[in-house]
Amino acid sequence: MTAGLLGIEGLGRPEIEAILERSRYFQSPGRYDTLRHRLIVNLFFEASTRTRTSFEIAAKRLGADTVSITASSSSVSKGESLVDTLNTLVAMKPQAIVMRHSASGAPHFLARHLSTPIVNAGDGTHEHPTQALLDALTIFDRRGSLENLRVAIIGDIAHSRVARSNVHLLSRFGASIVLCGPPALLPRELEQLAPGVELTNDMNEAIRDADVVMMLRVQLERQHEVPMAAGEYFRFYGLRLEHMALAKPDAIVMHPGPINRGRELSSEVADSQRSVILNQVENGIAVRMAVLEKVVA
Amino acid sequence: MNLLIRGGRVIDPAQGRDEIADVAIVHGHIAARAAPNSPEFDATGLVVAPGFIDMHVHLREPGFEHAETIETGARAAAAGGFTTICCMPNTKPVNDSATVTSYIVERARKHAVVNVFPIGAITKGSEGVELSTIASMKEAGIVAISDDGRPVMNARVMRRAMETARALDLTVINHCEDLHLSAGGDMHEGIESVRLGLRGIPSASEDVMVARDILLAELTGARYHVAHISARHSVAMVAFAKSKGLRVTAETTPHHFALTDKELGRYDSNYKMKPPLRCGIDVEAVIEGIKSGAIDAIATDHAPHAGSEKMQEFESCPFGILGLETALGLSFDCLVHAGHISINRLIELFTSGPAGVLRLNRGTLREGAPGDVTILDPELSWTYDVNQSASKSRNSPFHGRAFRGASVATIVGGKVVPIRPEAAKY
Repeated sequence: MTAGLLGIEGLGRPEIEAILERSRYFQSPGRYDTLRHRLIVNLFFEASTRTRTSFEIAAKRLGADTVSITASSSSVSKGESLVDTLNTLVAMKPQAIVMRHSASGAPHFLARHLSTPIVNAGDGTHEHPTQALLDALTIFDRRGSLENLRVAIIGDIAHSRVARSNVHLLSRFGASIVLCGPPALLPRELEQLAPGVELTNDMNEAIRDADVVMMLRVQLERQHEVPMAAGEYFRFYGLRLEHMALAKPDAIVMHPGPINRGRELSSEVADSQRSVILNQVENGIAVRMAVLEKVVA
Repeated sequence: MNLLIRGGRVIDPAQGRDEIADVAIVHGHIAARAAPNSPEFDATGLVVAPGFIDMHVHLREPGFEHAETIETGARAAAAGGFTTICCMPNTKPVNDSATVTSYIVERARKHAVVNVFPIGAITKGSEGVELSTIASMKEAGIVAISDDGRPVMNARVMRRAMETARALDLTVINHCEDLHLSAGGDMHEGIESVRLGLRGIPSASEDVMVARDILLAELTGARYHVAHISARHSVAMVAFAKSKGLRVTAETTPHHFALTDKELGRYDSNYKMKPPLRCGIDVEAVIEGIKSGAIDAIATDHAPHAGSEKMQEFESCPFGILGLETALGLSFDCLVHAGHISINRLIELFTSGPAGVLRLNRGTLREGAPGDVTILDPELSWTYDVNQSASKSRNSPFHGRAFRGASVATIVGGKVVPIRPEAAKY
């Protein structure tokens, strides 16, 4: 297995801190050219706007050459297996492959068969490590520490790779994490995922005294049964301004995007002063620069 | 064929026999004394047991000969110490008619180095709707009925199958999995599936069907057998059914007592099977069931798949692993050498256990029984090399694993089956 970035679970706190430290350096926009003449392939088997664009911009700011491929335009549609597709790309000698795939563990499976480092840009319902890193950077920007922060993560936890990566990262830094959602989207075993995790089906309980309220999209494309009607969902698990009165006075609202206004959060919350959603997007570039540099250089 | 097996420790659980003795085979059957000038097999220092029976294998023929054939599967069986195997009907076409049964019987007669007994489908196409032509298949040679690979979801259909099987003196074997509960699942549901982001198959999907079937077995009086039992509540329910005098039996597989769902962390599809590898408490319950007698037999669920099928993203891979060549090694290591059971009980689980479930006239060294013998060396150290497997497929999680204890000769009808010298275990 080569050193890529497959998930947060396998990272220690010092490694995460080093990436965040380098990300802070990259927060000031500019060109750095540390990866000149390096080739990075972005291979997206699932729809993505922000993550793919963000990785592309990050690579370009580092001076790397990038090629972006989406599943519909590759030979996957001609019946080629995933391993063969990757072997073909590896033969073109990229220094790293950034990959998103709908199957949990797809990059882990490939990493056992390929020599080129893989950066996981989201695998099924498993992990999305760069999202957790940019979320951490965004919280650090506002708070300076994650220790003893109360972070509520609300929504479709069962199908969320963002939730899993965030739980692993936040737990490493001593935050307390409340996971909240309707029963069908909140498996009870999540409590054992990492130290400091608690579960509730009651949104008010989750938000009470929270420092961070992280909302998740309802992943209809991954659900195989409808756990709750949309109207019912928004009524019991949609974030509205009045909820924020329960949180700490300076609490922030986060969302990995894409947001569905009126589905998991109201327009008013999305556009409020509490919302740091666009800061997350901005930090995504800095974090991905740090990750690509670490993996390639 | 005649043969005289000299000087081994003869263990025949069906007769409660355990002594140093000679075993004679005359004209392919166990005899009181050897025929003059019989060839001899020196079994000094070895264990002489009735031929091992694997009552649950997939030979993939007809229809999936790229993964296995009756010939290659039988060779793998012989390499693993089995003299008799029973093949499940999920071929293409499904073995749901006397025509397919006869084809398998005929192919086995010509090409198999061990005894091959087909198991017929319960329902047409194993679709769970309409009973197959069970009586005709019995005439053609099936030894049990099962829709293995799939459960019989409809309780009424299962009831009728049991009534039919009872009249024909056949055992009904069910692959217990409530498909509504397991739908889309790739591994055992628990902390590991949640951690890995893989969809879970809850133990309850097995338990609810075992419970239903036990009630139907009582209703119909049928002989009923749970295939590849893996969940602790299912084991407890089988024990309960036995205590009530019902004709209910169960088998488990070596991987269900040797491995847990913690093996799945690398998304290696060689750990993907149905039922899935369960958690530690289930494995303990399975081992307890083996010790207590709740579980009657060890069967491999040998399920070959071509490399291209297993070399995919975890969720796209088919279920199942090879089992014939590693079953003894795993059973010795995890059950006998681990101190859970005696070698006598181990032999019972592979001989009179499955023979009793299926009412086969085998699995013993009683005079007149078929001359099938498995010779064991409980101390032999060996390492499994799947690339030397007699199977056509390579989907085993046990490649490179070191074992202590193996079969050293497989004797079918008095004939020592030749096993390639480079065969997997040496």
